[in-house]
Amino acid sequence: MDIRDVELGAASAPVATAGSAPAVATVGVTKRFAGGVVANNRVSFEAKRGEVHALLGENGAGKTTLCNILTGLYKPDEGEVLVDGRPVRLHSPREAQAAGIFMVHQHLSLVDSLTVAENVVLGWSRQRGLGFSARQVEAEIGEVALRYRMHVDPRAKVWQLSLGERQRVDILKALYRGASILILDEPTTVLTPSETEQLFSSIREMVAGGSTVIFISHKLPEVLAIADRTTILRKGRSITTVDVADTDARQLARLMVGHEMSFDVVPRAADAASAPAPAPPVVLELDHVSAQGDFGTEALKDVSLTVHAGEILGIAGVAGNGQRELAEVVAGLRPFTRGTIRYAGKPVTPGDAREVIDRGVAYIPEDRMGTGVSPKLSVTENLILKSYRRGSPHAGPLLLMKQADAQAARLMERFDIRAPGPRTLVRQLSGGNVQKVVLARELSSQPRVVVAASPTRGLDVGATEYVRRVLVDAAKQGAGILLISEDLDEIVELSNRTAVLYEGRIVGVVDTARANYEQLGLMMAGAAS
Amino acid sequence: MIAVERNFDTPRWQRIALPIVSLVIAAFIAALVLAASGHDPIATYRQIYAASFTSTGALTATFVYATPLLFTGLCVAIAFRMQVWNIGGEGQLYMGAIGASGVGLALGGWPQPLLIVMMMLGGVLAGTIWALLPGLLRAYLRANEILTSLMLNYVAGLFMYYLIYDSTSYWRDLTSPTALVFPQGKDLLPNASWPGIPIGSFTLPFGFVAGAGLAVLLLALIRFTRVGFEMRVMGDSPAAANYAGMRTKRMIVAVMALSGALAGLGGASQIGDFSHVLDPRGLQQAQYGYTGIVVAALAQYNPLAVVIVSILIGALINAGFALQGPSFPPGLVGTMEGIILFSVLGGEFLGRYRIRIGRALQQTPAVGDASGSLSVDS
Repeated sequence: MDIRDVELGAASAPVATAGSAPAVATVGVTKRFAGGVVANNRVSFEAKRGEVHALLGENGAGKTTLCNILTGLYKPDEGEVLVDGRPVRLHSPREAQAAGIFMVHQHLSLVDSLTVAENVVLGWSRQRGLGFSARQVEAEIGEVALRYRMHVDPRAKVWQLSLGERQRVDILKALYRGASILILDEPTTVLTPSETEQLFSSIREMVAGGSTVIFISHKLPEVLAIADRTTILRKGRSITTVDVADTDARQLARLMVGHEMSFDVVPRAADAASAPAPAPPVVLELDHVSAQGDFGTEALKDVSLTVHAGEILGIAGVAGNGQRELAEVVAGLRPFTRGTIRYAGKPVTPGDAREVIDRGVAYIPEDRMGTGVSPKLSVTENLILKSYRRGSPHAGPLLLMKQADAQAARLMERFDIRAPGPRTLVRQLSGGNVQKVVLARELSSQPRVVVAASPTRGLDVGATEYVRRVLVDAAKQGAGILLISEDLDEIVELSNRTAVLYEGRIVGVVDTARANYEQLGLMMAGAAS
Repeated sequence: MIAVERNFDTPRWQRIALPIVSLVIAAFIAALVLAASGHDPIATYRQIYAASFTSTGALTATFVYATPLLFTGLCVAIAFRMQVWNIGGEGQLYMGAIGASGVGLALGGWPQPLLIVMMMLGGVLAGTIWALLPGLLRAYLRANEILTSLMLNYVAGLFMYYLIYDSTSYWRDLTSPTALVFPQGKDLLPNASWPGIPIGSFTLPFGFVAGAGLAVLLLALIRFTRVGFEMRVMGDSPAAANYAGMRTKRMIVAVMALSGALAGLGGASQIGDFSHVLDPRGLQQAQYGYTGIVVAALAQYNPLAVVIVSILIGALINAGFALQGPSFPPGLVGTMEGIILFSVLGGEFLGRYRIRIGRALQQTPAVGDASGSLSVDS
């Protein structure tokens, strides 16, 4: 089956089903942001009364923007939102709530020190006047909770609750206030499997009662388990709406990831490096490595990987599946709890960034402005951020800044950093030039291993191409590159092998030349291993 | 809607002009207050100028206050620049005074140059140790150094009291009959007095010269050395410092130690230059440690600017004491100090930010980060 057929099918306008009008619908909604980013491009979809409608798409596909339009946070530039078949103009979340549209965000909006009941009535209560009867509210909440089988003690303080329970409170809050259309933004991210099951049974109760639930996700098994229909978004466009009963994970993955093949824009490192027969030496090896995330949960589980000299190993996956932790562990910025990491065969102390740098590991961090550079310092100073300890010009404890400036000027030319001079502050540079400063510093040290985390995120086309070319050149010169990116096109274009990270585990490693998007999409969504 | 926005790229002239304009505005507001309370503003300003600089002994008196403020100002400037919030200059100064007076008492018979060096070392060591406590707690146990260093001020103050009032310690004078009734510290031998530098009728305290020299050295350290480079990176972006493999924990401890050493040296200068005796009440009433925070803030944490600001604030304090009397209540002096501080800090804020009235610009979420970022637009 060809994807193009499906796309053509989607181009036809949504047809209202016989009987009642859809509970909520958008027609040709477009949202542009300053800087030319089109987050939603003529998005049309409709959700019927009493159905679970999934919005499925990768990160950046436009799901959240669409929901922010539905809940009145953004105004669409074009197109309209219909509730019960009538066009509405939603100027604020309050107006959306008056229309019955509520959203439960990934980041819950609860006050920790208040009780469940107090949180539910905060800012809005069924009771009129200044009086507040805690007992009556608790009874009302208990009633709603019972109806939707969402057990939670109305008198408990929110800080005492688990993340799953807190989410339940947020959902109860919406139901108590009369939600008829409930948007859940990736609700299962914080849940355990059994909590997910409970959430699903509550969702079924809600739609049985005539409500509409819009379920945002990029996890295929969940969409297949709970949704009646699903609309697939890709790169800001609505691709199609399918009945979940008529589809399978394979088709959904293909629709979600799309088909824009852009091979050979940059000559792949593979073409040069895979030719010689003897395998190049392993420069980076992760051996059963586990590490904790920021909140003490296990973010990396038993990860084993090898990167050879001259090779680009792509790490694909949906954001939040352990990519950041993986990059930080390899760069020595996050200690690992189990396993071993070897650079050129020799193990290192967990979480010792200096030791890792001294072993010839370069790191291009995802958060370039917050981590990769010191924004109030000059280009020169940022270029010697790592080499000031030995490489850069110095006399005893004194740094020789004039000579460092001269070196910096040469690097600026070589890496095409556009700035008035080496003394320009980095915070005054554009995003692309900041990234070039990072690249110049990291790659001019002739590293043996390069960890590149989302190296082209937020860059324009020209800078993106440049960054990719520089990475490929580094690989050709013998560096082993770990390329972590959410952009599957980028990984397919650049890497020799691709490993897929899902919920902190390596789901599989495939030869990129032989892999297809469908297979990778399934792996990223946790539907195959 | 009113929005406060960050104003990047302040031109250089603005950074110098801003405090001056702020001071003029402060003088104007203070004049209004003076006029409202029945004082002639112009005459009062003349009096202040005379009391701080021109009348007999005025400049010498100004430097009595300026010298400790120079040290505590440097103590705060060096720490705050690196985002290490040492509020403990007060206690570190007390400990420095205890250390230096102890050394001065014990080694009274030594030749003067050697004794001065030893007293300085005593003050530095005591101040360093006192600052190391919150420094180590912050670096290795993530204890908030603002709280710990502040609390240690009280501990140091009580310790100083204990030495003179509640014990028969080495520091306490137990020889004269009056000293037994009214506890006081042992006077140091004349040998332990630091020699001032006489310029006409004015005496420049030795400690001030040493402090000004240190300010130059500190600026050079920050600007030109590898350690200073690490400090600047850490002050700007701790995440970048970590990323670059800098030992940030050790840096925090080192900065704290340096900061405490400066305050401790200030305590030594108090003993050597001025009081020649450990005087807990005098030190506590002066509050040089806390005023040092004001000095550093006004100097925008630049060591050289601290030298100048410490003289200005020293002059103001001195004038305050000179003006104080039945017709000029001490509260008015405090009010004027407050107006100056408010204006200069307010001016600095307005220089760094600009206030916009109207709709805020809609921000673009980073590409590829559309999900999960809900608060990009208000």
